[in-house]
Amino acid sequence: MRITQGTFSFLPDLTDDEIKAQIRYAIANGWALAVEYTDDPHPRNSYWEMWDLPMFDVVDASGVFLEVTRCREAFANHYVKVTAYDPSHCRQTTAFDLIVNRPAIEPGFRLDRQEVSDRQIRYTVHSYASEQPHGERYRSGSSQ
Amino acid sequence: MQGNGKQGQQALEGEQRWGAGVIPYAKMGYWEPDYQPQDSDILCAFRVTPQPGVPPEEAGAAVAGESSTATWTVVWTDRLTNYERYQAKCYRVDPVPGADNQYIAYIAYNLDLFEEGSIANLTASIIGNVFGFKALKALRLEDMRIPTHYLKTFPGPPHGIVMEREYLNKFGRPLLGATTKPKLGLSAKNYGRIVFEALKGGLDFTKDDENINSQPFMRWRDRFLYSIEGVNRAVEQTGEVKGHYMNVTAGTMEDMYERAEFAKSIGSIVVMLDLVVGYTAMTSMSKWARKNGVLLHLHRAGHGTYTRQKSHGVSFRVISKWCRMLGVDHIHAGTVVGKLEGDPSMIRGYYDTLRLDRIPTNPAEGIYFDQEWASMPGVMPVASGGIHAGQMHQLLHHLGEDVIMQFGGGTIGHPSGISAGAEANRIAVEGMIKARNEGRDFLEEGEQILKDVARTCPPLQVALDTWGDISFNYESTDTPDVIATPTS
Repeated sequence: MRITQGTFSFLPDLTDDEIKAQIRYAIANGWALAVEYTDDPHPRNSYWEMWDLPMFDVVDASGVFLEVTRCREAFANHYVKVTAYDPSHCRQTTAFDLIVNRPAIEPGFRLDRQEVSDRQIRYTVHSYASEQPHGERYRSGSSQ
Repeated sequence: MQGNGKQGQQALEGEQRWGAGVIPYAKMGYWEPDYQPQDSDILCAFRVTPQPGVPPEEAGAAVAGESSTATWTVVWTDRLTNYERYQAKCYRVDPVPGADNQYIAYIAYNLDLFEEGSIANLTASIIGNVFGFKALKALRLEDMRIPTHYLKTFPGPPHGIVMEREYLNKFGRPLLGATTKPKLGLSAKNYGRIVFEALKGGLDFTKDDENINSQPFMRWRDRFLYSIEGVNRAVEQTGEVKGHYMNVTAGTMEDMYERAEFAKSIGSIVVMLDLVVGYTAMTSMSKWARKNGVLLHLHRAGHGTYTRQKSHGVSFRVISKWCRMLGVDHIHAGTVVGKLEGDPSMIRGYYDTLRLDRIPTNPAEGIYFDQEWASMPGVMPVASGGIHAGQMHQLLHHLGEDVIMQFGGGTIGHPSGISAGAEANRIAVEGMIKARNEGRDFLEEGEQILKDVARTCPPLQVALDTWGDISFNYESTDTPDVIATPTS
């Protein structure tokens, strides 16, 4: 499966130049940029790992893209995203986020159902990846 | 016309004022052209069409009187009160340019006239008896200035745009939805199928229609159970947070609470209400939604009966204001390009009212007063009714990014199926946002951008082939009095 979190997940993966164009858009708006990665892409995982601190006051997209490249190399089999952050009044939240790296194989999720009374079901979204410890998920060549 | 020097319209005093009998409202003190509105006053702009022979100041004074303290005759019991404080004051009457016998009357109301946190109380005065008043042919409430003093007595949206986006983990693009169709008649199991297919295909939300409550062909509990199955299957298949607006509108408040509690207990992240339940019921559900962490969607069912005609009723920008104050997270606010009424500049005014923190006076958008929201979170406007993927550039241009675009027929009616319809809409919005961020003139190049995106997405090509040239070009009935002239 293909996890479709992030602002552009239905489009084909963005090329490096296209990623840089989005970074430039963020810079033009005065937004901070950050790189995050995870091997726990559960839809409710609010806290991906931070690749260093967010980059404030950046003027040049290539510096940000360098951090994207470094993070991708260090975590080639993780999800990596670039987030733009808008600190303005009444916003103070993410402006957009963009997945820029994915594991070669995405095993996805399983829906667990617990039948309870009155025809009700308690649902749990189970991530196959989380069956392995951190760092051992999404290894290349995995049969998952 | 600031009525200085208007002969015969000054407030009377002494015996002339308090003798038993009937005297004009203007002479009872409801016309006060020298009044300087206070920061804490609630201000209203009414469009007034007086009956023949009624001077505009008297018409404005009558509105002020009948929406505050006055009755048709002098009563001595006024003198037991500090009546000048409680009298609303019409302080300005302007003729409407280009209209025969229409005036905008500006009226100030003292803060003491209204109960804290009660839209019911506010509206009982402001749009109470006065709309049936015989001395006026027609009356329309165009806009209100809510002072921060009063605004802060209201809860505002249970979550608001920012909290909703953080909860959904969806940023940087309009959200997408669809209303399940047909509106009426589906069994619960068939209904849940549409929820599943549309969400799996790429939408963020699906929605009950306004008139789906609990009918013989599908009872609410069954619908909720099948819909949540569809939601969770789609979450599993996409790794995204998704929701279905479960309509909890019912005949009594007790029934609404029961349905909302059930929706929460099975894990629904959102419930919905129809405007026809009334302001008090909406406010109660707003409190419930805040307390329970469930998003609150409002369908504006019924509003067209009083918002659409320009001469009489209440403008939708006022309804928007009241709904932001009492607190909903979503509200239907027009599409510009779809099948339902909506002049582009008027809709911009509604969207600004719902989303921005400070809205300056702007006659070209029908906004008569500066409005400060004092950091009250914004409401996500919903664009729904006759829109499709081929209009994405126009929708983004008119409506911006913080909006839920709902494609009901434009998803479910896709020739290749519901999921394909959803996918077409999703890739169209992503492609348009990407092009915008890259600095392209997406409005001008919109059709080409969609064509390019469609090369990687056959369902979008099918959608463009099916609906590409469908538009709804009818003249709007509710338009601004002033047209903005481009300065460049």
